[in-house]
Amino acid sequence: MALLTDISWSSATQIASDVAAGELSAAAVIDNALARIARLNPTLNAFTAVTAERARAKANAVDAACDRHKLPLAGVPFAVKNLFDIAGLATVAGSKINRADRPAKQDSPLIERLEAAGAVLVGALNMGEYAYDFTGENVHDGASRNPHDLTRMSGGSSGGSGTAVGAGLVPLALGSDTNGSIRVPSSFCGVFGLKPTYGRLTRTRTFPFANSLDHLGPFARTTRDLAISYDAMQGSDPADPVCTDRAPEPVTGVLARGFDGLSIAVVGGYFQRAAFPEALEALSRVAGAAGVTQEIDIPEAQRARAAAYVITATEGAALHLGRLRKQAHDFDPAVRDRLIAGAMIPASLVNKAQIFRRWYREQVLKLFERHDAILAPATPCTAPKIGQQTFLIDGVEMPLRTNVGIYTQPISFIGLPVVAVPVPLKPLPIGVQIIAAPWREDVALRVAYALEQTGAVMAPKVPKWHETAP
Amino acid sequence: MPKSLDDFVEAAAATLGVPLEDAWKPAVKANLEVTLRHANMVAEFELPDDAEPAPVFKA
Repeated sequence: MALLTDISWSSATQIASDVAAGELSAAAVIDNALARIARLNPTLNAFTAVTAERARAKANAVDAACDRHKLPLAGVPFAVKNLFDIAGLATVAGSKINRADRPAKQDSPLIERLEAAGAVLVGALNMGEYAYDFTGENVHDGASRNPHDLTRMSGGSSGGSGTAVGAGLVPLALGSDTNGSIRVPSSFCGVFGLKPTYGRLTRTRTFPFANSLDHLGPFARTTRDLAISYDAMQGSDPADPVCTDRAPEPVTGVLARGFDGLSIAVVGGYFQRAAFPEALEALSRVAGAAGVTQEIDIPEAQRARAAAYVITATEGAALHLGRLRKQAHDFDPAVRDRLIAGAMIPASLVNKAQIFRRWYREQVLKLFERHDAILAPATPCTAPKIGQQTFLIDGVEMPLRTNVGIYTQPISFIGLPVVAVPVPLKPLPIGVQIIAAPWREDVALRVAYALEQTGAVMAPKVPKWHETAP
Repeated sequence: MPKSLDDFVEAAAATLGVPLEDAWKPAVKANLEVTLRHANMVAEFELPDDAEPAPVFKA
């Protein structure tokens, strides 16, 4: 079945509906995606592996399935950050070192769950080495590029995920978020990203970074696509001790309930002090569209960010200590030097950070007694230039690589669910975080969906460069 | 930068069994300084002795 129209910008929801109805074949959808990836990836550098053969086989299986009409993601192409196990491929996690690993025997459960819903894996995506990154740069694979300006960063560490979805290579991608690695590339690439509650989605058969902070979640160009994929991935998993035993709590059916009855506030103080004008403009537009007038403060957010920084450094160092001892030369030097420093932090200071973490969590949860959702910038600025080393934060020149996540870290630190929504500013988009109480992804997604209906947030199409790409 | 931190970096690397080439030392030290600054910002926040850490072990 040949395609009469370009579906590169179609939503996952639309593709699945058309495939389920027999108006499109999954095989044609996947051929289209593979052709677009082949044409544009040399420029964008989003993919590190393309699984064309298995994708075509899976697409044919979807087309042959009698229950195709029941599959919520029938024929939807998707790709995953290359820290997810993909059967037959080494799980490189952005590193050179892991390329020597044996190929994974089995897909990660989140891939299995998406494919059980009819989606079709088309490849693995570029990322910052071992996820210790906010830029999307990678010394081994090169930088994934921002689809809105190829000279700019995708954001990281799930850089390829942001690039692939933002550039219309796939409508759906998975990434991980330890300190902001879904929300930062969502912001820079102008797409929607969901970082669910800590423990909501299983992390089995993915390469970790900082265990007590690691989350997985989807990227998409619409809120509904986030919701449908998220619903397909929910469920317990005894293999991940962090994964919740709560029964799945589907959100797709409640998306369209609007703002009614919700108390939403904007967070000020720390979350606005260092923000560039574009971040404040985006926040203002979103607040205005949601009719939000109340501003609140999240107590000790700066200290929370500091504690997240310490726990990340030390958990990451513990994970990689053996590799640092034996293969230090094979790391990205910037990652290696951070990890070595992390290994040197005294345990007494780490325990202090974990004690503070509980106190901070209690303070923030009190805010959710009065508010259902909190709005905050996702990043302090729009996408910087690739290679840029520093930027001005609060009038002080600071290293960019470690400071892009100043607004995301205090939130993931206590595992709160967040939807990053794209505000289509010119010339570059920027994201806003919609933060909800633990296990209330439904609220964050509902607010995101309502905002999308107002037109205040949307994933903008990329400029025309791709039409002339070789 | 205090000499003591240079000494600490060298001693800690040796104790941990992590190689540390001369060219890496300035960046490792700079990262350590930043992380220690963050850690001390947290540590100076006073909480009661019976405040529990976030991770909870259950037998």
